[in-house]
Amino acid sequence: MMCNDARLLLHAYLDDELDAAQSVAITRHMHSCEACTASYAQYTELRKALSQPSLYRRAPDALRAQWQAPKSSTAAASKPRRRLVGLAMAAGFVGALLLVAPTWFYLWQQHGANTNQLADEVVSSHLRSMQPQHLMDVVSTDQHTVKPWFEGKLDFSPRVKDLSDEGFPLIGGRLDALEGHSVAALIYKRRLHVINLYQWPSASTASASVATQWHGYTVIRWTAGNMNYVAVSDVNEADLRKFTLAFQDDVTTPPMR
Amino acid sequence: MPADFHRIASGRPAAGSTSFEAQVLPYLDAAYNLARWLARDDADAQDVVQEAMLRAFRYFDSFRGGDARVWLLAIVRNTFYSLRMKVPPDGMQETFDDDAHAVVDEQPTPEARMLIALDVGALQKALENLPHPLRETIVLRELEECSYKEIASITGQKIGTVMSRLARARERLRAELTRHSTEVRRHDVQ
Ligand SMILES: [Zn+2]
Repeated sequence: MMCNDARLLLHAYLDDELDAAQSVAITRHMHSCEACTASYAQYTELRKALSQPSLYRRAPDALRAQWQAPKSSTAAASKPRRRLVGLAMAAGFVGALLLVAPTWFYLWQQHGANTNQLADEVVSSHLRSMQPQHLMDVVSTDQHTVKPWFEGKLDFSPRVKDLSDEGFPLIGGRLDALEGHSVAALIYKRRLHVINLYQWPSASTASASVATQWHGYTVIRWTAGNMNYVAVSDVNEADLRKFTLAFQDDVTTPPMR
Repeated sequence: MPADFHRIASGRPAAGSTSFEAQVLPYLDAAYNLARWLARDDADAQDVVQEAMLRAFRYFDSFRGGDARVWLLAIVRNTFYSLRMKVPPDGMQETFDDDAHAVVDEQPTPEARMLIALDVGALQKALENLPHPLRETIVLRELEECSYKEIASITGQKIGTVMSRLARARERLRAELTRHSTEVRRHDVQ
């Protein structure tokens, strides 16, 4: 064996990936080659150095908390979790997500069911819109194309606004349904992320914004000018708040609660 | 609720979720470790893992047994590269030619031998300076202790490529850490 071959194979030898015959060949070469033996010793040290625990990046607690069941409350969790199974069957995909997101469930129990049933439905709609072919019925970055597209499809005229200047370009629209209403969905982008903004008529004129966290998604709901609005996205909450403020800009809206 | 929502939902039995929890969640650390070394940034790594976990959850139906860690790490890796592709190019482009990266094998010096084993900061910097294809390979091998076969299946490369990338990653690390050690030494003397 030549040093050239040994240079590659000694790594595989170090990684215990060689068969018996190749292992014999490489050890035989190292017996007669000081340079390769020294290299091997160095790579062994490098391996030892790389195994230091501080180089291994463990998931931060916040991320872990989002995905893992709280260990201490296993007993307490058993009852709601049984209810969750029924809920999961009723709510399908989103309900199924609840099973892996017990943190959300406690939140859900604490708050009024109404807001969160909506959040539930909104996030499921958002997730569904991310499936191929589901995102948009009308693809346009021009608000003057998107707005007329809704005409005749809904019994109200949605408010359409491009927010490119604020960093949220409008990319299209689609018809959707929430809480049994037909709603207009506008699709915006924030860098890599998609924001869905739903709107439909409301009996009340205005209400403050309420933000809900759901498994890495943020849902912000408000009412303005007899229209319900719900924005949902996986952008961070600050960005989504910025988005809602930009959208609300020239409308009189109560401040964020 | 729209009709097709139920169609999507019905193919997703609730029982599948518990096994997602049992099979995939134990590898959250592994997912984060890989994402963090690829992204070299805490916030980006969290975005990558969050998105990868959602993808894993969505595609869990298509996971047919086998090694859940390998499956998840492949998703993490794909998620990282797909998110990175969409970021405007600010020096992010990096083409990697497997043939063009031959490193001249430097002979070991006594100084190098001493310092390789010690300096975590230098090790981290040297690792972060590796091009992505070499970095992911060495991280999977040395930190995640994957076999060549597992690395090949996570990265979609041939086993031979995995082997030569590992060799090149280690040669580069050694070269960089040796250079570092000489600098430190010179500094100490003055
Ligand atoms: Zn040799």
